[in-house]
Amino acid sequence: MNVLQGKNSVESASPAMQQLPDGRGRFGDFGGRFVPETLTRALDELVAEYESAKKDPSFQAELDELLRSFVGRASPLYYAKRLTEAAGGAQIWFKREDLNHTGAHKINNTLGQGLLTLRMGKTRVIAETGAGQHGVASATACAHFGLPCVVYMGAEDVRRQKPNVFSMKLMGAEVRPVESGSRTLRDAVNEAMRDWMASVETTHYIIGSVIGPHPFPMMVRDFQSVIGREAREQSYHAFGRLPDKVVACVGGGSNAAGMFYPFVEDDGVELIGVEAGGLSADPGQHASPLSHGQPGVLHGSFSYVMQDGDGQTSPVHSVSAGLDYPGVGPEHSFWKDAGRVQYTECRDGAALETFDKVAKCEGILPALESSHAVAAALEIAAEMPKDKIVLVCLSGRGDKDAAEIARLRGEDY
Amino acid sequence: MSAIDQRFQELKADHRKAFIPFVTAGDPSLDATAAALQTLSDAGAAVIEVGIPYSDPIADGPVIQASYTRALDSGTSLQAIFEAIAQIAPKLDCPLACMVSYSIILRIGLEKFVQSARAAGFAGAIVPDLLVEEAGKLREICQDQDFSLIHLVTPTTPPERMLEIAKGSSGFVYFVSVTGITGERNQLPPDLADKVSWLRDQTDVPVCIGFGISTPEHARHLAPVADGLIVGSAIVRRLADGEIQDSDARLEEVAHLATEIIAAMH
Repeated sequence: MNVLQGKNSVESASPAMQQLPDGRGRFGDFGGRFVPETLTRALDELVAEYESAKKDPSFQAELDELLRSFVGRASPLYYAKRLTEAAGGAQIWFKREDLNHTGAHKINNTLGQGLLTLRMGKTRVIAETGAGQHGVASATACAHFGLPCVVYMGAEDVRRQKPNVFSMKLMGAEVRPVESGSRTLRDAVNEAMRDWMASVETTHYIIGSVIGPHPFPMMVRDFQSVIGREAREQSYHAFGRLPDKVVACVGGGSNAAGMFYPFVEDDGVELIGVEAGGLSADPGQHASPLSHGQPGVLHGSFSYVMQDGDGQTSPVHSVSAGLDYPGVGPEHSFWKDAGRVQYTECRDGAALETFDKVAKCEGILPALESSHAVAAALEIAAEMPKDKIVLVCLSGRGDKDAAEIARLRGEDY
Repeated sequence: MSAIDQRFQELKADHRKAFIPFVTAGDPSLDATAAALQTLSDAGAAVIEVGIPYSDPIADGPVIQASYTRALDSGTSLQAIFEAIAQIAPKLDCPLACMVSYSIILRIGLEKFVQSARAAGFAGAIVPDLLVEEAGKLREICQDQDFSLIHLVTPTTPPERMLEIAKGSSGFVYFVSVTGITGERNQLPPDLADKVSWLRDQTDVPVCIGFGISTPEHARHLAPVADGLIVGSAIVRRLADGEIQDSDARLEEVAHLATEIIAAMH
């Protein structure tokens, strides 16, 4: 009887969260592969190459060395003392991804996928970008590895994120503005996918977030998990235990996935993802599919998405180009439905105010994307006792946003 | 058996090949789409593919993508498409297949989508972003309703996978001629005919070639190895030709191309 019970409990137990996705790229119901047949072979090859690289100590050693000497990892954990005092509650700590080379977490992924590109013998790289951070990180990795790089970027984002566009060009990448649709991140992904459909035999597509068809959501999460792994270890050194809450912003969700994943089996750690609440909860005024959308298919995977009743992707809005996206990574959808991560939203105005507050209180210009996470963290911390700890992923630096903020304020830049 | 299966049986008995043109529903209006369907049916189309406009069509080139954008901008809803098809389908001499993204089918609901599409007069669907291994549930529903589910194979598909896809397809198998997106091309791959011949020998499901076919020369070259040819962007471009103001003149252009291609196929 005991033996049988033991057997049943093993069979009925859901796999540990860190074991996902399954072989078909599913996180529960979410994820999978919804792409044209043309891409199937390349995706299968990518799965095989990634699995073999994961088991190859020399691949990991090469990546680790690059992360150390080229990116400057480990990125520090920083106690935001004056912000903590201003919030008047729990201690607020930052995981300083803004201090990475290229100024954001995106480089963790592009170096990993760049190494894979070489391993697969592919000779060209394409990428999409929203805020331009992933574009810059791709251009950087490609310059380092000596690979030609084409970056697709919505024309509206080219306007909003000029400094990044210029950086990409300086490093030899070609930036192709995308004029179709809403001329933002979603259209850049479409255009990059179209390029890949025609060039798949020689080209690797470095997707910049935990979105897209299997194996991208898993692979990008793994490359970004260095954030959470370091943070977990640094927490013991910095305050002798794990944090009480961990907060990160969610557009496609790569910094959040990388931050959360190493903590998902730590039951005592609350995880909070912050979506772009835009101007209001009305349709078209925000970019919060986990808060306001429903499950559907976009860009190759099944996940929460903003769609109309016909399945057409709805327009979204965020002041932050990096969060201005109607979909989200499938693992976030899984974590949401499983109740493991709580997702909330932060409006444009609160993000802009927080940008200001962090700049003046801490001497750090946070990316507008990261400002969403800090804004939520300030509210959360204010409600908690002073001996508690809230750790925020400060995913990127805000220099790139200075011109757009000046424009919104009507000031000269 | 769907009306598409039936059509291919008739063609086989007559030793004819299928000319399968593509039009976008609602570009620039559903009335214009109905007129185009009538023209193509009269010109001798064996089956017509009707594109359901989608906001994020990653498999489509600039011509069809722009056409989807125009259709959506003019407010074309799925309900309106079904109503327009229900009006025109009984007047046509050929069955209709819809080309539709899985995003749309999933949003409507698999069963409800197939029922509504069938009730409107569609005999099958091509779902370009649904791989054969993800299609099990939809395939069952389609089988129950005698509705064809047409899958695509591509030049990068390994042979054993081609067979698996052919097995999962009904109506016909859509052989994508090139590695890439839809659109007209001057050159088609030299080994295309061999690959299509091979697949045709291995399966009972008809094999039709699409992507990049736009001229009578292409048709003359490829028709002997296939059961049918699909022509998309070349037709969509003529239907949206801004140089020609008169819509009847645009339809004449389309009828002319259809007649030329059909002649070249036989």
